[in-house]
Amino acid sequence: MPLVSLRDVRKTFPSATRGAPPVTAVDGVDLDIEAGEVFGIVGYSGAGKSTLMRLVNGLEPVTSGSITVGGTELNGLPERELRRLRIGIGMIFQQFNLFTSKTVRGNVSYPLRVAGTPRTEIDRRVDELLGFVGLADKAGSHPEQLSGGQKQRVGIARALATSPRLLLADEATSALDPETTHEVLGLLKRVNEELGVTMIVITHEMDVVQTLADKVAVMDGGRVVEQGDVFDVFSAPQQPSSRRFVSTVVRGVPSADEQAVLRARHPGRLVTLSFHDAGSTQAEVFSALSRAGLGFELVFGGVNDIRGRVFGHLTLALTGPDAVVEQALGTLPDGVTVTRLPNGDVRG
Amino acid sequence: MDELIPLLPKLATATYETLYIVALSLVFGGVGGLVLGLGLYTTRPGSLYPNRPVSAVLNILVNVFRPIPFIIFLAAAQPLARLVVGVGIGNSAIIFTLSLAAAFGISRIVEQNLMTVQPGVIEAARSVGASRLRIIGTVVLPEALGPLILGYTFVLVALTDMSAVAGLVGGGGLGTFAIQYGYRQFEPVVTWAAVIVIIVFVQAVQALGNWLARKAFRR
Repeated sequence: MPLVSLRDVRKTFPSATRGAPPVTAVDGVDLDIEAGEVFGIVGYSGAGKSTLMRLVNGLEPVTSGSITVGGTELNGLPERELRRLRIGIGMIFQQFNLFTSKTVRGNVSYPLRVAGTPRTEIDRRVDELLGFVGLADKAGSHPEQLSGGQKQRVGIARALATSPRLLLADEATSALDPETTHEVLGLLKRVNEELGVTMIVITHEMDVVQTLADKVAVMDGGRVVEQGDVFDVFSAPQQPSSRRFVSTVVRGVPSADEQAVLRARHPGRLVTLSFHDAGSTQAEVFSALSRAGLGFELVFGGVNDIRGRVFGHLTLALTGPDAVVEQALGTLPDGVTVTRLPNGDVRG
Repeated sequence: MDELIPLLPKLATATYETLYIVALSLVFGGVGGLVLGLGLYTTRPGSLYPNRPVSAVLNILVNVFRPIPFIIFLAAAQPLARLVVGVGIGNSAIIFTLSLAAAFGISRIVEQNLMTVQPGVIEAARSVGASRLRIIGTVVLPEALGPLILGYTFVLVALTDMSAVAGLVGGGGLGTFAIQYGYRQFEPVVTWAAVIVIIVFVQAVQALGNWLARKAFRR
């Protein structure tokens, strides 16, 4: 049975202006999140990602539908029971949300005090957690004395204090610089792999999905438009809106504007070759083009590695007679998808 | 100066009375204002106990009583003072009325300072399963402690100001002293003696408040 299960979940908020129709933030979402996996939720801001996450630990009640966490139905659960459930669900935030009036120790011990953990046990547990996140020497510091990365590590230690099975991360690295992001992602990876904590990770950063997630759901307009294996969704998105989102984080087929720039700069036929999970085919492609006697230049694109599986989109400017180009493209190995970009005025 | 010397014991008594009136009013008005302010804060939309009707009633109550000039309020509330503390005149009556008036003013200061608490930290506390009452006690109030201390310092100075009209209902203190022995006797030196005592007191209060707030901010 999945650890978290959402069935036809809807959430509407009353409109801010009186008389206007309510705003639908989450619109009929079905999701299953298995124990032990890291589930990414991506999409533009305003797509309903954060609201969806806040439904999972009951910070907001659903308008309709069913959410179960560890077999407990949240819809209609009294506040008292919800609070008990939240003790078993950690949450970390983009702005860290540390208690500025408390020390690092005070922050990390807070959930334990809420849970009624005995005092001696609290001290032991806080030391253990601060050791895990590498801040054992900062127990007496105040949040404003810490760097962004350290603050988030305190946030993670606090979220893990009660040994939750599930961790919710709402844009946890979006306020951090690239290097610190890397460090925090490494820590979250350990949380998943060493502690076996299931995670739901909201992000708009490719890095986060690439490093952490096993599965991903793309949200748009309150709906999950596509979900599946991270590699599948990012290498070959099926739905127009997920394609649009993926294209903002992965360099794929150049857009019309980009094509115009490329055409102005490069003579020759523009084609985009998409490689799907096969690093070796690239070499075959380039040797096939050479054998045909074509000139080629790499003008756009990129290669992505998701947990050791490679995909990429490379746009080439090919120079040579049209017939030879067509013939060469016809002999390319399987696993390469060819997109012929419309030719402008320039002919090669 | 000579006219002041024989009045020094009276000045000492008046100073003591002012401290007594202000201290008790701060305690009663401060607690009342804190409760009322918490009511205003927590019933706001999106807060911990959002409740539109209660919020509206509290706001109207505060908006009605807060702008009344204290000297008028003191006279108008005399029957109420008689009802609650048994007398309509003297220091007890003034402490009662001052506390009541201060509570409304303090409530706004409390509300404003609590609103500086980042919603995110409340969300973080909720996410670990803390109850709303616990959040008020362990997150909202501690997070706003620095600004609250400065707010209450402001209130203490304002109470000193308001307490000066105690003489109107037969109360004592520095205001009464300055009017009775200074102004009415055409002795500006006596009036200024009261002024200086008040200045020293206010400076001390403000310094103490700043020091406590700094400690709270740096905790």
